[in-house]
Amino acid sequence: MLTPKLILTVIALAPLFGAVVAGLFGRQVGRAGAHGVTITGVALSCVLSIYVFYLLASGGWGTFNENLYTWFEVGPIHAHVGFLVDRLTATMMIVVTFVSLLVHVYTIGYMADDPGYQRFFSYISLFTFSMLMLVMSNNFLQLFFGWEAVGLVSYLLIGFWFKRPSAIFANMKAFLVNRVGDFGFLLGIAAVLFFFHSLDYQTVFAAAPTLEGKTIELVPGHAWSLATVIGVLLFIGAMGKSAQVPLHVWLPDSMEGPTPISALIHAATMVTAGIFMVARMSPLYEMSDAALSFVLVIGATTALFTGLIGIVQNDIKRVVAYSTLSQLGYMTVALGASAYSAAVFHLMTHAFFKALLFLGAGSVIIAMHHEQDMRHMGGLRRYMPVTFLTAWIGTLALTGMPGFSGFYSKDAIIEAVKESHRWGSGYAYACVLLGVFVTAFYSFRLLYLTFHGKERFVVDPPKHGHGHQHAAHHDAAHDDHHGHHAPGHLAHAPHESPWVVTLPLVLLAIPSILVGGILIGPMLYGDFFAGAIQVHEANDVLKEVGNEFHGPLAMALHGFTQWPFLLAFAGFASATYVYLFNPALAGKAAAVFAPLVRLLQNKYWIDELYFALFARGGVLLGRGLWKGGDVAVIDDGLVNGSAGLVERFALALRRVQSGFLYHYAFAMILGLVLLLGGLWLAAR
Amino acid sequence: MITLAHYIVLGAMLFSISIAGILINRKNLIILLMAIELMLLAVNINFVAFSRFLGDAGGQVFVFFILTVAAAESAIGLAILVVLFRNRSTINVAEIDSMRG
Repeated sequence: MLTPKLILTVIALAPLFGAVVAGLFGRQVGRAGAHGVTITGVALSCVLSIYVFYLLASGGWGTFNENLYTWFEVGPIHAHVGFLVDRLTATMMIVVTFVSLLVHVYTIGYMADDPGYQRFFSYISLFTFSMLMLVMSNNFLQLFFGWEAVGLVSYLLIGFWFKRPSAIFANMKAFLVNRVGDFGFLLGIAAVLFFFHSLDYQTVFAAAPTLEGKTIELVPGHAWSLATVIGVLLFIGAMGKSAQVPLHVWLPDSMEGPTPISALIHAATMVTAGIFMVARMSPLYEMSDAALSFVLVIGATTALFTGLIGIVQNDIKRVVAYSTLSQLGYMTVALGASAYSAAVFHLMTHAFFKALLFLGAGSVIIAMHHEQDMRHMGGLRRYMPVTFLTAWIGTLALTGMPGFSGFYSKDAIIEAVKESHRWGSGYAYACVLLGVFVTAFYSFRLLYLTFHGKERFVVDPPKHGHGHQHAAHHDAAHDDHHGHHAPGHLAHAPHESPWVVTLPLVLLAIPSILVGGILIGPMLYGDFFAGAIQVHEANDVLKEVGNEFHGPLAMALHGFTQWPFLLAFAGFASATYVYLFNPALAGKAAAVFAPLVRLLQNKYWIDELYFALFARGGVLLGRGLWKGGDVAVIDDGLVNGSAGLVERFALALRRVQSGFLYHYAFAMILGLVLLLGGLWLAAR
Repeated sequence: MITLAHYIVLGAMLFSISIAGILINRKNLIILLMAIELMLLAVNINFVAFSRFLGDAGGQVFVFFILTVAAAESAIGLAILVVLFRNRSTINVAEIDSMRG
């Protein structure tokens, strides 16, 4: 009997089953068994998710909200494991399971030579489970469980090649930076529990209007709006997970992980958890204009300034990573402008085209034998036509060319910000508009450097005994592993990747083109998310934008005359001129704007600042506590000190024990005399 | 006429001699044992004197017990002494200090 409960439980648990089998019995099931069981699990989840989405969209189901299991009860607090599945959740479920499924398939090709094959499949299935638990949760505690679980898997996967010091550094960094965000998140959840006495979404959201006018004095004498405090604290969690300035530093470094992971976790799904969370909490956020202004400003800053860094990066994956940061900034801006549906919509389209771009970059990396530096690429379009075409589609979608998915979602965000009257919306509008130019520039720069122009690599004919050695090196299968080749030297000509790699590219290219135009009407301007996302009448910028909306085709045609398109085209044109027709200009421009280029290449020195302030400060604090606290007070003072005191006392006392009988006898007599004398004195 | 005071003084003198024997003697363990015996005898003289003076036979009964215990004690003491001499080849009090802390 296919009850809703059973279907949802299977969706969540099928990937976990795959993860357990591939992880614990990887040696028994072998490589084919590992990818067979995990892909079957995720495919099952994906198919059922689409079924659930269909049922919810067609009205076959209402909102599903049920507790499945009680974890614990402490007094009035109930910790349940439960599912809240409405259309927002179903959208996320499709994005997660669909991208995850394609990444699973892609991994067969990408990790083919890796000794950690089964472990990898186990991790990504575990990730899918965690992410599903996060989005399907019906309470804050399970949300937090999923939140931490995806963080853990992200940590494990960034450090997947654990013998590389840079990977270990990166995963530690990701974990620590996320802890900062999680701290705020946990405080936010605590605040929710404290004031609503419940962790259940439905109860909390129903009671959200009671926040009106309530204040809290965190610092005595300063009364802050409670809604703002909760909103900002929860958003700090989102800043960590969704890599918003100033907690964005971990995401570029996370590219140390294998490319499928960068596509799945660090572009399409996990990093959008923060966006999803804020959209889910819309009833709470709508209570505080100040918190939403904070969200708006942070998002706008992320959107523009991390995009700028992307222009000067030479590592193909890092360009896409900074692009991800920038696009996450767009989503956050949409949240800040109360256009939650637009944020979720962009989240979905972005998941498709960004996963496509990442997997395309991975395909290039395979062809280049794990060379990631774009300065050693060029002219690859002749060798790998499928990757080339799909990368163009992804780029057109990313830059928001009218007609592609990215156009609909990004244009909606820009229009929504334009309509918004919230504090900071002017700044945000400027940022997102400029961001369009920046996005187009770095995206086309990546395309031209990789696929067009002259070939900047040399194919060395294999020498004697060379092939064998190369294969041995290939076993390690590191992303930046060149074997014993100098950078830009390949053993044989690059070639198109196998079908398991190109099939996901094609399957992701289709929604990258189509999904935006098809879904924009119902999702943004219809009532698709009614009930899941609540927006106050006064804040409803999307409704104002929607009045101008006359179907996707009209919007695309209208888009050609608008600022975002003109800016994107300007970015496209300048990138084309600089990198396709006049490559020498790039060097000259870099020389002219040297200080600016240095600022960008050093990523505004934020890493250095954090390193000096927090990392070194932490080490200094630790050393101070170690030397001053642990060694001086506890070891030398308390432990060794008390032992030394006893020893000194005992040394003095042992002199009494002379070993001579007559001393003892004398002591006895003396004692007797004193005792009797005392008694006598007392009796007198 | 010999009064009670004479007996008590005799007992006190014997007791003092035995204490002096214990404290001053640094040579011979046997002398130490003898001094302890002497101390017990001093106590016995006091018991007997008071028993006679107070007309109570209990004191004399007590003396018999003390003599018995003293005999047993000196027997054990001498036995230990013999074993000690076998092990350490000396009964010099100043050299027996293995209990020194």
